Formats: sequence, C-alpha cells, structure tokens
Amino acid sequence: MDHQENQAAPVLNKAVPVRHPGRWISAIIIVGVLVLFLQSLVTNTNYRWDVVGTYILDTKVVQGVGWTLLLTVASMVLAIVLAVLLAVMRQSDNPVLRYTSWLWVWFFRGTPVYTQLLFWGLVTVLYPAITIGIPFGPELFTYVLSDPSKGLIPAILGLGLNESAYLAEIFRAGLKSVDKGQTEAAEALGMSKGKIMWRIILPQAMRIIVPPTGNETVGMLKTTSLVLAVPFTLDLTFATNALANRIYLPIPLLIVAAFWYLLVTSILMVGQHYLEAYYGKGVDNLAPATINPAAAKASAAVAPSADAEPALRMDVPEEDPK
Amino acid sequence: MTITTENPLVKIEGLHKFYGPHHVLRGIDLTVNQGEVSVVIGPSGSGKSTMLRCVNLLETISAGRISVGGHLIGYREVDGRLHDLKTKEIAAQRREIGMVFQRFNLFPHKTALYNVMEAPVQVKGQPRAAARKRAMELLDRVGLADRAGHYPSQLSGGQQQRVAIARALAMEPELMLFDEPTSALDPELVGDVLNVMKDLAKSGMTMIVVTHEIGFAREVGDRLTFMDGGVVVESGDPREVLSNPQHARTKEFLSRVL
Repeated sequence: MDHQENQAAPVLNKAVPVRHPGRWISAIIIVGVLVLFLQSLVTNTNYRWDVVGTYILDTKVVQGVGWTLLLTVASMVLAIVLAVLLAVMRQSDNPVLRYTSWLWVWFFRGTPVYTQLLFWGLVTVLYPAITIGIPFGPELFTYVLSDPSKGLIPAILGLGLNESAYLAEIFRAGLKSVDKGQTEAAEALGMSKGKIMWRIILPQAMRIIVPPTGNETVGMLKTTSLVLAVPFTLDLTFATNALANRIYLPIPLLIVAAFWYLLVTSILMVGQHYLEAYYGKGVDNLAPATINPAAAKASAAVAPSADAEPALRMDVPEEDPK
Repeated sequence: MTITTENPLVKIEGLHKFYGPHHVLRGIDLTVNQGEVSVVIGPSGSGKSTMLRCVNLLETISAGRISVGGHLIGYREVDGRLHDLKTKEIAAQRREIGMVFQRFNLFPHKTALYNVMEAPVQVKGQPRAAARKRAMELLDRVGLADRAGHYPSQLSGGQQQRVAIARALAMEPELMLFDEPTSALDPELVGDVLNVMKDLAKSGMTMIVVTHEIGFAREVGDRLTFMDGGVVVESGDPREVLSNPQHARTKEFLSRVL
C-alpha cells in the first residue's frame, strides 16, 4: 500500500480578489437619490406628518384594519377550502366532478371580481327568497333572504369565490408537481385514495402551494378595498378615504393606509416563512432531524407506551441552530 | 434452496397487456410457489416490469388472470363473468403484496421511521407504539436503526432502498415484488441491498425479483425466467438456464450481460 501524503501543512492561496467598481458607483447613486427623497419627506410640508400622527391610531382607522383583516382571513379560508375541493375534483375519476370544477374555475376566473362583488350585493334583490320544491310543482321549503351583516357576508362570498378559482389552479399545479411514484408507492402499501391524498400527496404539494398562496393572501389584503362595490363600508381604504374627504387632506391619510397595509403584509410574510419551513421539511428544510439512535432504540424496546411525544418531536425537526 | 412441495402462491395465466395499439405482454404464464424466489431477467422493453406491476394492479390486466394466494387479482368472478373490484377491495389485496421500486419512492416529507410506520398505522390501524417498535426492528434488520430519524434526502440510494424494503415488510406481506431494485444505485451500494434481499429470501419470503443482477439469480433464485418481446422465452433452474441456455435469444442476452 503506497499512498502519497504531504507532511507539511498546505499554503493557502491568497489570491487578489476581483474588484467591483460597479457596486460602488451604483451604491453612491442609489444612496444619493434616497437621501434626497428622505430630505424631501422632512422639508416638504405638504406631507402633513402631524395629520398622519393624529389619525394613525384613530378609532375608525384601527377598526378599518380589523375589518380588512377579517375580510382577508374569512375570504381566504373560504377560498382555500373550496380550492382544495376543486383541485381534488379536477383530478377525480368521476367526470361529472371534473367538469364541474372546470366550469367553476372558468366562470369565477373569467369575470371581474368587482362585477362579482356588485352581484353579491344585489343578490337579495335578484332572489328575495330561496324556495325548494319540485320544479313547476308544490313548494316544500322557503327561506327569505336578507343580509343582516350589512354587506359583510356578500363581500366575503364575492372575494372568496373569486379567489377560489385562482387558488384551485395553484393547488392543481401543486398536486401535479408530486412525482407519480409517490402515489404508486402509497397504493402498493394498500392506502385508500383519501389517505394517499391527505397524507402523502397534499403535504408534498404544499411545498409548491404555499409561496403563491402567500402571494394571493397579500393580494387579497388589498383587493378587500373593492368591497365598496357591495357596498361594505368599514374597511381600511374606505375609512381613510372618508376621513380624507372630511378634512380635505388626502395625502396624509393615504400614508396612514399605506402604513397599515405594509405592517399587515410584513406580518403575513413572517407567517409564510414558517409555513414554508414546515412544509419544506425533508426537502428544503433539512434542519437536524437526526435523533439519538440509542434513545430511540431504547424507547422502542423498553417503553413503547411513552410513545406519542418523542414520536412527534422526531418528525418535526427542531429549529435550525444557525 | 429447493422447494419440494408444490404449493403455488402466485399464478399468472395467459397475461396480456395492451397500451393502446402496443401489445406489451403477449401471453405470460408464470407460477411462483410459496417461499420461492422467482427471478425475472430480460432486455429492457421485454415487459418484465409491466408483468410485475400487473401483479399488484399498478397496471390493469388486459387479458388473462393473476391469482395470489388463491384470490383472483383485480376481479371477482360471478357466473363465469369478471367484475372489476372496487378501489377499496383492490387496496385490500395490495396489503398482502409488498413492492419495492427502482426509484425507491420513499415519502420525502417523512423520516425513515415514519416511512416504515405510515402504512401499519394508517392502513392496518396498528397502535403507534407497536408500529414504532416493529418499524425500529425492521430498520435494524436492514441495518439502518441509526438512521431512523433521517429524511430520505439525507440517505444514500442504497440506504433509501433498504428503508423502502423495510417499509414494504412492515405490512407483513405474503409476497414481495422487486422491480429492478438495484438499477438506480451506484455500483458500490448494490451489495448492501442484495444482502438484505438474500436475508429475506432465506427467511422464507416468497419473492418475484425483476433484475439485471445475474449473480443474485444464480445464488438466491429458485427459478429463473427469461423474457423477451412480451413472452417467456425460457424458464427453469437458474444455474441450469445460466450455464446451459436452450434458446438462441437467451444465449444472446446472457452473452451480453455476463
């Protein structure tokens, strides 16, 4: 056996790095523009920072943020539930479900959300009551439609149903991205179709689904400003517009609205980061999933009853120390 | 290993498979006895993987019959007519048949341990503690107890395939199907997987192995079947077939792979 081994420690290469003058020039230009802009923020009195300060925590504004959040969350929850259903239907063996899903997406994606919101606002005019009965025969059941929510329910329906069409396509793309071998492996183990979807395919598809859905959620936060069409008049945009019209100062109240939208978006982005880390486990997120093998063996051999907790801890990796 | 008593577990009779106009399997007959290791070889495109996939209905059966343990696969026969089984009934039949894939197909979002535990818990409804204990035993059997908490992406190809074997064994199948289990592996990792399979064969498991590993066929196989062009060309004792092939096509194939 003869192999080469150099006893002396290697001399590290200390090469002269490539210079990047472009970085310096671009930094000087951008910082310069930024400084000028910041200076204008302070010196330009038309910003009326005093008014911004007065209204930033105004009751109407804070309530508006609350209503906007409620609209966003409620319509996204509705849209996500519908979208999962639609995406699964689209892949179903049942042709009726497949075409129904296609038709739904075609309709709700093909009409403007503003039109849909107007429509939901007028639904009680169009259908004052819902009657269930035999066509052209006797009536069995009548429910008088009314909207005690002052536009909230039509607004959520309008936003949620429209969004469900877009999300359905995102979910479908996610489901399709999962390798066919996964379904085959699960089938070969004798798993039922439902279990294959919920335990094998969907968790892997979520990795693909979460980023664009986060995008859609941020979009929804701002689309809620269209609920004026219903009309629903308590959301953030309406509240700040109303205040601006009252005091004839639109710019400071636009800043107030922008501040709140940015704040909520930032919080949503943090949430998205954790969701991505969770669904990326095993693929993007390889944070130490290793366990103490001796402990695992011991717990398996000695104390199988004390199972639930260590099992859970093992599948959800701990936070990445770096 | 020689089987003296004839006790067929798997019977494939007159199996045909069409993909549209393509006639991939042209009448396959194959019997595998209880405890037997049946090795299937042949050039790519010969239909050997398709045949294997028909046994647990990953492919539909165009014509012919397959029975495992006396039960017709995929159909119910009523008054001489075949009726398709429901998805649930097919799933129940698959529980008795373990399958190992060329590309492993481990669940990437679950650790090795959870890959093995998944089906016993979700399909058989075993208590988690018992399933976990059994899964650790199986991982130990394939030499990977210390990798239980690793995700598939943290394992080498050979380790992934051994976890996949443990995952299939966790359902306690009466038959194991191997679809080119070592074809996607680096050469130096093939041996570990083959050793696990040899162990399994020694323990009396009935196995159908589609492979290019002629050495495995010679050493472990009870029967060797050579397929080409969707038909069985030659079948018999592996050592016999390998040393003294009867058909020109078998000779030609063996001369290229040996």
